[in-house]
Amino acid sequence: MKSISDNRQMEEMREKSGRGRGNKRLIPGFGLTMGITLAMLSILILIPLASVLIYAFRMPPAEFIEILTSESVRWALFVSVSTSFVAALINVVFGLILAWVLVRYEFPGKRILDGLVELPFAIPTAVAGITLSRLYSDQGLFGRALGHLGLRVSYTHLGIIVALTFIGIPFVVRTVQPVLEQLDPFFEEASSMLGAAPHTTFLRVVLPELTPALLTGFGLAFARGIGEYGSVIYISGNSARDHTQVASYVIMQRLNYMDYSGATAVALVMLVLSFLLLFSLNLIQLKQHRRTGDA
Amino acid sequence: MRKRQGIRIFLILMSVLFVATMLVVPLISVIVGSLRQGVAFYIQAISTDTVRSALRVTLIATMAALVVNTFFGLAAAWALTRFSFRGKQVLSALIDIPFSISPVIAGLAFLMTFGRLGWAAPIVDRINVLFHTNIKIVFAIPGVVLATIFVTFPFISRELIPVLNARGRDEEEAAALMGASGWNIFRRVTLPGIKWPLLYGMILCLARALGEFGAVHALSKTRGGTFTLPLEIDALYLSGGADSVTASFAVSSLLVMMAVIVLVLRSLIEHRSGRRGQKKRTESETGEI
Repeated sequence: MKSISDNRQMEEMREKSGRGRGNKRLIPGFGLTMGITLAMLSILILIPLASVLIYAFRMPPAEFIEILTSESVRWALFVSVSTSFVAALINVVFGLILAWVLVRYEFPGKRILDGLVELPFAIPTAVAGITLSRLYSDQGLFGRALGHLGLRVSYTHLGIIVALTFIGIPFVVRTVQPVLEQLDPFFEEASSMLGAAPHTTFLRVVLPELTPALLTGFGLAFARGIGEYGSVIYISGNSARDHTQVASYVIMQRLNYMDYSGATAVALVMLVLSFLLLFSLNLIQLKQHRRTGDA
Repeated sequence: MRKRQGIRIFLILMSVLFVATMLVVPLISVIVGSLRQGVAFYIQAISTDTVRSALRVTLIATMAALVVNTFFGLAAAWALTRFSFRGKQVLSALIDIPFSISPVIAGLAFLMTFGRLGWAAPIVDRINVLFHTNIKIVFAIPGVVLATIFVTFPFISRELIPVLNARGRDEEEAAALMGASGWNIFRRVTLPGIKWPLLYGMILCLARALGEFGAVHALSKTRGGTFTLPLEIDALYLSGGADSVTASFAVSSLLVMMAVIVLVLRSLIEHRSGRRGQKKRTESETGEI
């Protein structure tokens, strides 16, 4: 998303230097590449998604409302949003620590740690799902230990949060890392030389600079969590009674029952949610670019 | 100073502990789980007919996604970075849509297009009657391929666009002024400069395509026919018996090994292309996957 605003900046520079419109067709291939881009985007992404929207909007409003207010759907949406929110918060804390450690400190095994952060991107979600579910079950390594403390993780909301934390951690680390790399330690040194305590320096000098990146990482992890399916459905147990069904699971369940109206109605709510999130992420980054652009 | 050192050690320990418990232990437990019933069982578990069929479908879908998305990625990156036009931001955001929506919705989208209720189903039927073919999309291989392409669609263009933007258009413009054709400019000027990011994007696309589950789950119902490896893992795991759970971990270990290879390749390419340094300059890394 950062690159979207990068584009914008490049555009502005180009306009300012007065070579924007005049030679915009100097390089050949505009029609061809644009045609390919638009055609493939429409056929593979936009038209199929539009089919969902069309079906949803053709539904009688009463039926639509009835589906969304049914207990299982309300709970599933609530559980998806709240567990993703908590997991994204956990990821902001640990993502910040990890990014800090990876950028600011030198220690043996740092490159391996850096590579391992990427694991959740590379491991298939279903594999992560069954593995976590086993680990945190009553017979699993972590499940047994936590069981002694009276904590049940598998088949509870806690389990969903564990899976979503696993999935979301790279988003925060990989958004904060580059910003931290650019942040000059000079400001922190100045702050501490002026007598600020380390925590004051961190809260007043470092954190404000990182806030947009943290918010972006939070948003990406949150968005991914709301739509997550593979890593969650095994550890959650999908019980309607314990309210451990997530929204994606409900869509899939309705599809299996051939209940296309139900699936589409829930999907529409999720689409709206993710577009709102995407929109606010773009706003944050636009703001950030304006700020740094002026400086 | 001593206090600083304390914070430093504390933070490093926290990081290592977090990564170890959240990421490394699960990884190891897949391998341990897969070998619970011995090596002979492992080999038998990964060579059943359904696993072979699933491997074949997975490879078909992954190759298709790789080819289609590379082609699209190059075209989109060229169009979005080599020209100025209105609505560029909107187009760029539209390409990113698959990043932000649930894979299950991707599956649903193709069901609503080509499925029983889909508006395109009669068109496919008519084509089948006209040409005496028997093309099926949903619950067949084409559906699996389409879903895989959908979820990995922006991977390559996302890697190329920031790099091409950072490189600027001057070299291409010079080549065009000297009369080079579009294809020649692309092949001789642009491509050499983006070969590492291109490879990087292709590896990301490969990793995601191999492991895609949610989107494919909605569109594939026949085990041994249209199932991919992740679906086979799901089927084995849910069938419940201790043997089949071990078998599902055995099949999982195949995908985990592929994932580890992908990670190693990634860091090699990062090293080769000096991506770390580049990142500082272009802010290209965002972690959008």
